Amino acid sequence: MSASKKFHRFIFVDPNLCTGCEICEAVCSFVHDGEFNPLNTRIHRVRIEPIVNIALSCQKCEDAPCIRACMENAIEKDEEGSIIIDKDKCTGCGFCVRACPFGVITIHLDSRIAIACDLCENMKEEFIDPEVGKKEPQCIIFCPKEAISLKNVEQIGEETRIDAVKRLLAEQLD
Amino acid sequence: MLGEKKMSKTKVKEITIPDKLMGYTQVRLDVNLTDGTITESTIPKEYCRDWIGGYGFGAKVLWDELKPGIDPLSPDNIFVWAIGPFPTTLLPTSSKYGVFAKSPLTGFFGMSISSGSIAAQARRAGVNLIVIKGKSPTPVYLVIDDDERYLKECGDLWGKSCWETEEIIKNEFNDQRIAVMEIGPAGERMSRIACITNDRNRQAGRTGMGAVMGSKNLKAIVFRGTKGVKVAHPVEFYKKAKKLNKVAVGPATSKYRDLGTPAGLTSYNKLGMMPTFNHREGTWEKIDEGPITPEELNEKWVAKKCACTGCPIACDHLARVPKTHPDYPGIVSSVDIELVYSYGTGTGCYDWPTIFKCIQISDNLGIDGISGGVTAQMACELYDLGIITKEELGYELPFGSTKNLVRFVKEMALGEGFAGKIFGDGTKMAGIRLEEMGKKNASFYGMNIKGLELPAFDLHGMSSFAVGESVSIRGACHLRNGAYGLDAKGTFDRFGYDKPLERGKAIIKLEDTYSIIDSFIICKFTRGIYEGNAELAEVYELVTGIPMTEEYLMKRAEAITTLSKCFNIREGATRKDDHPPPKYFKEAHTKGPAKGVTLKEDGFQKLLTGYYKARGWDEDTGIPTDEKLKELELDFVIDEMNKARANKK
Repeated sequence: MSASKKFHRFIFVDPNLCTGCEICEAVCSFVHDGEFNPLNTRIHRVRIEPIVNIALSCQKCEDAPCIRACMENAIEKDEEGSIIIDKDKCTGCGFCVRACPFGVITIHLDSRIAIACDLCENMKEEFIDPEVGKKEPQCIIFCPKEAISLKNVEQIGEETRIDAVKRLLAEQLD
Repeated sequence: MLGEKKMSKTKVKEITIPDKLMGYTQVRLDVNLTDGTITESTIPKEYCRDWIGGYGFGAKVLWDELKPGIDPLSPDNIFVWAIGPFPTTLLPTSSKYGVFAKSPLTGFFGMSISSGSIAAQARRAGVNLIVIKGKSPTPVYLVIDDDERYLKECGDLWGKSCWETEEIIKNEFNDQRIAVMEIGPAGERMSRIACITNDRNRQAGRTGMGAVMGSKNLKAIVFRGTKGVKVAHPVEFYKKAKKLNKVAVGPATSKYRDLGTPAGLTSYNKLGMMPTFNHREGTWEKIDEGPITPEELNEKWVAKKCACTGCPIACDHLARVPKTHPDYPGIVSSVDIELVYSYGTGTGCYDWPTIFKCIQISDNLGIDGISGGVTAQMACELYDLGIITKEELGYELPFGSTKNLVRFVKEMALGEGFAGKIFGDGTKMAGIRLEEMGKKNASFYGMNIKGLELPAFDLHGMSSFAVGESVSIRGACHLRNGAYGLDAKGTFDRFGYDKPLERGKAIIKLEDTYSIIDSFIICKFTRGIYEGNAELAEVYELVTGIPMTEEYLMKRAEAITTLSKCFNIREGATRKDDHPPPKYFKEAHTKGPAKGVTLKEDGFQKLLTGYYKARGWDEDTGIPTDEKLKELELDFVIDEMNKARANKK
């Protein structure tokens, strides 16, 4: 597969590993805004009692409903497939929030502008790890259970297939 | 700046406070339930620096504002809710709150700490400290919804279980993440072992704080906050938080993450320290051979490990009973070693689903799982000895009971039947009631110190922790000082009584660190991730902006512990209250590493004196000396301590 045809990678959270600790939310809001506030996060923990835990973030849909829903044409995608919101055009109307099937585009509580996962492209410079020297998704670095990773749909499919085969052909693998 | 400060040892008086504090909101709410008013005031900056938060705030408010000698279940009691400067930040395990009041279980300093989402929501709502007084004429719950703070009529909520209450309130606010701390039917009926539940599986369990809420007609407190939280030194704090979060998933916490605290079943059983059969023995073949092993629990029953807000460890081991189980299909319970002890090893029950069911009843109907289980243990032993009978209970209750144990626990929580009437307020009241019925020596089988039931350590062969648990401010407790480690690790001879002063100092070192942890408030499971107390001082400074040194912090820890000791003395506590249950002195184990061993009264007293001496408290009475009180700037308690000394004479 040529590079130009690669699927975009997005934040993938393994529900088997996620403990629902909300650390990803704290990190996300902090590196973008300099303050902790899970309401202004771009990754969202969901807990359904008693045992379901996962965090959801922008899935980088090919035909993104948020883009279609925006009447101001304020949303587009960058080369990585990340959702880019034009702060000058966004009116905070929230139609993108209603359109997103995963609830992962939200309105920032203070700026009243739509926010979605940017893979930390817009994180504050001062929080960049000097040893790394560049921006990288901070939730992945902080996740204590390594439940968060950057994957595309093809990788997820491949991993699922391997898992399935391991189960199906367990005897041959022993 | 930070670097320079660390080089010079700052003196107590030299701690300067910046104009604006971070971390703290400095907001104190006073809720008068009698007339329904809520007022807001500002906590002075010096108060924040000197009492830190949590435990420190609780100790100071109760000393300053609680009238001595009051009935803990009367409107005169004060219910204090407090956090420190850290919730919502990335400091590991910082979403913790504490509640404080005169304990209806002990009559002394009551405190309990819980985790979950409460503290983080509360911090974002902007409150630091809530002081609740009086009694509401009708059942209400308190809502802290950012700047809207109000009391709401309970209506049908009164009478609901804890989990139902959380669900109803979440639906009412149409917010699944709103934080609710509530009491169940046990708290409503003012059971002295009633707990407060939040986030389903988190409890402020100990010392009957749920009964205090119940006595005030306060069903729940609801928190929702939307305000962002800044810290004083964001870049340095971010770097520090990254490091601490990494260390927190390293070897220092592996026990809590992997097998969970039940890993201790194996290690303490090997040492003869794992209480079984109401502390008759310290070992059990069901731990050696199964099924009561940490491995079996994890492999067969644990379905998921969950975390509280902001916790990288995720110690919460959720055990699930299969849907096909005939009695308890599909139940999910949060299991740790204390509850495997209280409802399992202590009652001789080795049926996992029974243990899970007992935990569920405790958490949902609202009794402390430790106190509840230890009270059930007492009942099993009394039944075994024929002191209580099948005719009285309505059913048999030998050690190793299953369905009848569940029945007993439910009745105990709800105050129903003989079990509820006699045992529904814990071991101390059960002993008193049974002796009033003419059942001599019943109290002997109640395993409590100051009225608080013992945690999962058998003290027969633990001479250091026998002191540690006895001096614990809130009664028998492993969380005021971790002195069990001194016995488990062999720091001192655990069957002997030498080096009283050294032991005293070792207990104090642990206890003071724990007092800081409880004031910050962070989880004790992270105590091993810091490079000593200096790093605790460092994170305090990074978040609050108050220059802090280890020296100053530890001095405050000593002041906080001493002030709560003074609270107990003002309530009439004497040396006699710092004493393990008599069983440890009279009945020895018949097997295991501590076979034939009992605690020795003269040895214990020698070690207790060593602790008092090391604290700078009077060697005989345990009352802090004037000199020590002045050193700790606790001059304001001296008059009361003089009164206590005079009473003694």
